[in-house]
Amino acid sequence: MTDHRLRTESVTVGYGAEPVVRDLSLAVPDGRVTTIIGPNGCGKSTLLRTMARLLRPTSGRVLLDGEPVDAVPTREVARRMALLPQSPVAPEGLLVRDLVGRGRHPHQRWFSQWSPEDERVVALALALTDTAHLRDRPLDQLSGGQRQRAWIAMTLAQDTDLLLLDEPTTYLDLAHQVEVLDLVTRLNRERGRTVVMVLHDLNLAARYSDHVVVMKDGVVVTEGGPHAVFTPALLASCFGLDADVLADPRTGLPIVVPALSAAGRGSCPQRAGRAAGAPR
Amino acid sequence: MSTLSTTFRAGPVSWLVPVRAGLVASGGLLVLAALVALDLALGDFDISLPDVVRTLLGGGDAGQRFVVLELRLPQTLVAVLVGAALGLSGALFQTFARNPLASPDILGVTRGAALGAVGVIVLSGAGGYGGGLVAGTLQQVGVPLASFAGGLLAATLLYLLSWRRGIDGQRLVLVGIGLSAALTAATSWLLVKARIEDAASAQVWLNGSLNARGWEQATPLLWTMAALVPLALLLARSLNALQLGDDPARGLGVRLQLTQLLTLVAAVGLVSVSVSAVGPLEFVAFVVPQIALRLTRGSRPPMLASMVLGACLVVAADLTTRVLLPFALPAGLVTAAIGAPYLIWLLLRTNRRVTA
Repeated sequence: MTDHRLRTESVTVGYGAEPVVRDLSLAVPDGRVTTIIGPNGCGKSTLLRTMARLLRPTSGRVLLDGEPVDAVPTREVARRMALLPQSPVAPEGLLVRDLVGRGRHPHQRWFSQWSPEDERVVALALALTDTAHLRDRPLDQLSGGQRQRAWIAMTLAQDTDLLLLDEPTTYLDLAHQVEVLDLVTRLNRERGRTVVMVLHDLNLAARYSDHVVVMKDGVVVTEGGPHAVFTPALLASCFGLDADVLADPRTGLPIVVPALSAAGRGSCPQRAGRAAGAPR
Repeated sequence: MSTLSTTFRAGPVSWLVPVRAGLVASGGLLVLAALVALDLALGDFDISLPDVVRTLLGGGDAGQRFVVLELRLPQTLVAVLVGAALGLSGALFQTFARNPLASPDILGVTRGAALGAVGVIVLSGAGGYGGGLVAGTLQQVGVPLASFAGGLLAATLLYLLSWRRGIDGQRLVLVGIGLSAALTAATSWLLVKARIEDAASAQVWLNGSLNARGWEQATPLLWTMAALVPLALLLARSLNALQLGDDPARGLGVRLQLTQLLTLVAAVGLVSVSVSAVGPLEFVAFVVPQIALRLTRGSRPPMLASMVLGACLVVAADLTTRVLLPFALPAGLVTAAIGAPYLIWLLLRTNRRVTA
């Protein structure tokens, strides 16, 4: 087959008449952590949702293992690719183990609802996400970070090589953001999972990604390793951000430090322009 | 999976048996058996419980056989079936919409069925004072058919009006409340325009009554349930995934629109056939799944327990109207009297949680 399990070919997607993603081709590197970044409304979540088959492109196609994803049966897609949607909500009273158990759905049949394999994979997912001790707790009693780890455990229980995460750190404080992304890194390094995620925070994207895809106005502006992507010129042109890029003293990875806009005039009009931009 | 469910495995077969839900359903079955026995025993002509059991097993004298097997058993059977159908229908609606308010009573499906029936009673003009359901062939066949069609039409309308690139539970409830109001208004208009005898006859039907129901109501109920109950049980796993939200469900490999459509078809079919048999029994489909949910402590209304408890409630309502109260009262008023306070409680509680 191809050397990329997941790729898009000239994909155009939109909710109404105006396309949100335009003629976009992207190959997701296997076995790596790929992060899609870009200003609000650039179409990054739309792209991820299209790759996950939640949205149907108006033209172009998404290929999963060389096959158009629309031609693959829904259950089969769910056995190869797991998705964590943006800020998911669990029903009241749902226990962590029930949530994680539901990740086995694509592997189950009406006569086989809880096989030893199901049990083994769920136990592993709980262990990997460090949620085993929470298994009998209702989700609504957990902290934001614990809850997000339980949701990730559910996607792990799907036992897929491909993981798509839509803003997995939204609404979490910094410590919990780091906790979740450390977990993502571990899954990639130790379990060989291919991860595609959407992140808002540029510094976290720089720190946790092998491959960074920068989007603006529905197209890919540039992609590559963090060092290649995070440059003052790109931050200015794509995010309208006047910033320096420093090197992390410990890892050497880029750190984005926005310049102080004491004069005000330089950045304010740009910011206003961004706020008035298209909603996501 | 220790406290809430246990695993049954044999070869390639493995099932999760929900222990607590199973206990609730079994306990409910015992209560139901007792209620059914009482319902068969008590009435204008009391028969002792041992005699009821003997008669059911083929014994008893001619008088007992007539009263138990021909007069009371069909009506009790209708009560059991209607209760089970309404309980399951409510559980499906509420799981589907992820909202305890989503029940056929509130979404307008019951109102649609009522409008269909009232339309036939009033427009055919065949009611005749005191004639009730047995006045003519048209009414005997027409009223159940029209109410079934009315329920289906209301549900179709609900589905089309709520559809915006998918079905959203919150929007479904809001559209349903509006639809319900419109259908109630149309029914009232028909009643105002009708001859007084027809209006009275329609009103009797509108209150929901188990009185004088027999095999002609039980048979369509049995057939419908034989088709739709297995369908609902097959949907259970997909509904578990659907509960997590549309996107997570699709990520888990659920065929979202097919599952939603089948769930609605099952739920609407069950409620429509119930209403066509006994008229609208208010609030059964609304209250029962929530009570079952609280008893089983799951995360969604349990199907089997909702069926059993629904049957208990309707048989109990039948007993109440026939035996406990000194005057005849339609069973629908009894279920409404139980349901309305519960609705208020639920609204207050939900509201408190949102503001807290």
